[in-house]
Amino acid sequence: MFSRAYRIAITVPPLAWVTIFLLVPYLLMFCFSFWSVSSTQTILRSWTLQNYKQLFMKDVYWETLLRSMWIAARVMMFSLALGYPLAYFLSFYAGKRKDLLYQMVIIPLWVSYLVRAYAWKTILGSDGVLNTLLQYAHLTQHPLDFLLYSPFAVVLTLTHIYTPFAFLPIYAALEHIPRNLVEASNDLGASPRQTFWRVIFPLSIPGVVAGATFAFVLSLGDFLAPLLLGGPSGIMISNIVVTLFGAAYNWPLGAAISLCMLVLVVSLLFLSEKLEKKWSFS
Amino acid sequence: MASTTVSPGSGLNSGPANARPFLAIRHIAKKFGKNLVLRDISLDVAEGEFLTILGESGSGKTTLLRIVAGFENADSGELSMNGERLDQLPPYKRKVNTVFQNYALFPHLTVEENVGYGLRVANVAEAEVGSRVQQALERVRMTAHAKAKPGKISGGQQQRVALARALVNRPQLLLLDEPLSALDANLRRQMQVELKSLQREVGIAFVFVTHDQEEAMVMSDRIALLRMGELEQVATPREIYQRPATAYTAQFIGHTNLLSGDVRGGRAHCHSLNWGVNLADGPAQFSVRPEHVRVVAPTASPAEGRVRFRGKVQHRAFHGATELVRVLTADGLIFSLRTTGAEGRDELDCEFSASDAVRVRESASRG
Repeated sequence: MFSRAYRIAITVPPLAWVTIFLLVPYLLMFCFSFWSVSSTQTILRSWTLQNYKQLFMKDVYWETLLRSMWIAARVMMFSLALGYPLAYFLSFYAGKRKDLLYQMVIIPLWVSYLVRAYAWKTILGSDGVLNTLLQYAHLTQHPLDFLLYSPFAVVLTLTHIYTPFAFLPIYAALEHIPRNLVEASNDLGASPRQTFWRVIFPLSIPGVVAGATFAFVLSLGDFLAPLLLGGPSGIMISNIVVTLFGAAYNWPLGAAISLCMLVLVVSLLFLSEKLEKKWSFS
Repeated sequence: MASTTVSPGSGLNSGPANARPFLAIRHIAKKFGKNLVLRDISLDVAEGEFLTILGESGSGKTTLLRIVAGFENADSGELSMNGERLDQLPPYKRKVNTVFQNYALFPHLTVEENVGYGLRVANVAEAEVGSRVQQALERVRMTAHAKAKPGKISGGQQQRVALARALVNRPQLLLLDEPLSALDANLRRQMQVELKSLQREVGIAFVFVTHDQEEAMVMSDRIALLRMGELEQVATPREIYQRPATAYTAQFIGHTNLLSGDVRGGRAHCHSLNWGVNLADGPAQFSVRPEHVRVVAPTASPAEGRVRFRGKVQHRAFHGATELVRVLTADGLIFSLRTTGAEGRDELDCEFSASDAVRVRESASRG
């Protein structure tokens, strides 16, 4: 159907792109994770499992990974708790204002991540908007210092940033539910509450799974929010990777951690796809 | 035109419509934006009656059904069923069930769970749900597919499940929104028969919406013909066919020849044709069904009360049992006739009985 030249012209550039910018770096990362660093800070290209051993033996890596997952899990739950009702309201009850409200959910995505993270710094700091307000209202005597440089700040910021990502697939799933199913449910005597739990929610599960995956995976790998707002107690696994590749100059260990993360994330994506498939009926 | 309010027991209707009104639709009007979809609809449905709301797309027939089901609110008017007001209730509190156009089966539930849905939300005991679902599935011969998801069964089977799902709740009234339109012609004819016998079996009133006049004729006890948001005529299939009230009805239900002319001194004149009528003077329209026009031998002179004309054959359409022939008379009248004996002739002598020329009213122009 298409000429040979045409087929080459459209397949080679993307393949080359994927090879150069994805496959090769992953391969390099894979290799690095089995190499080591000498005392003179040079990379020794001899194969060893030392990095993985270190990863499993040292508590700091484990604890940080678990903390990252706990932060990501909380972000996921809050994003769903905020995103689902919003998507439900927009899809079923917003009427004519639907498009406007939808845009309002999307617009924050146009603002740089960095700007939004800094904004929370201004709000949560000891001289920040929130503390000033609380003291002005005499609700507290001293600035609340758990607000900033804490896991709380990280969870709050990441929830703010990733809620639209949870919202979007849920909204799409809800929009796909034929409205005559809702009518059929009402017609068969189900109250609006019964209709929600028996028809709408089950049919929106693929969206919920996709949204949850977005929120969890994106927050798990985040490093800016913990860097800017996390403080020592809010460090996440990506910060460790960044340090290992930077100041600590231990690329092999950094690569080993990255690879573990990659395996974890890919497994999650795989699992979420399975779940989505199981719950989609079209 | 005033709204055609045909109340049962008016003597015009035969069959179940003479029983006491079961569903009473009173002066229902509905606007979507500036678009008046229904204007002042009044209609009664008798207990156990199969009533078809027939109309073209945009006639408001689905809207009327959705108002009865409770998915739309009428702007004005009242609905009552068994003497109780219906229009104040949300859909889930009405003892009415609907079979939707595209069935609207729940894709995440099995056939069995779909059918049991209404019983489960009503907290019917699980043992009873089981036996009633079983019964309903048997009735529509879907027991073999009880565990299948709706996506895995054919359109005709989905149709049956949708029926079972509605009937298992023992509604007092079943609404059907063009439920057969998605099926192919053969299956549709088969389902028409099944649906009609099912309705007799369960004995509840069916309100059936369709745009297909043939379907309406086959199944209904009465047909309510809706045109641009108003009822054109409500009558039995036989009556609506034989005695169409308006030109629109005559043309919409079956084929017809519409003759425009006027009445002068007890005779109807239409071009060169004329026949005796019992009507006041003035312009008038008549409908003559093609099967009432007969081909006759040229020699015989017309009997009393028969109208004779000669026409050139313009077009023939063979339908198997009969042939639909279109002829053009010398003074420009076009007639369709249904006949079995016009092969190979270019000119036909035809006649119809004056009593078969049914006076019809001009349909009011609305817009």
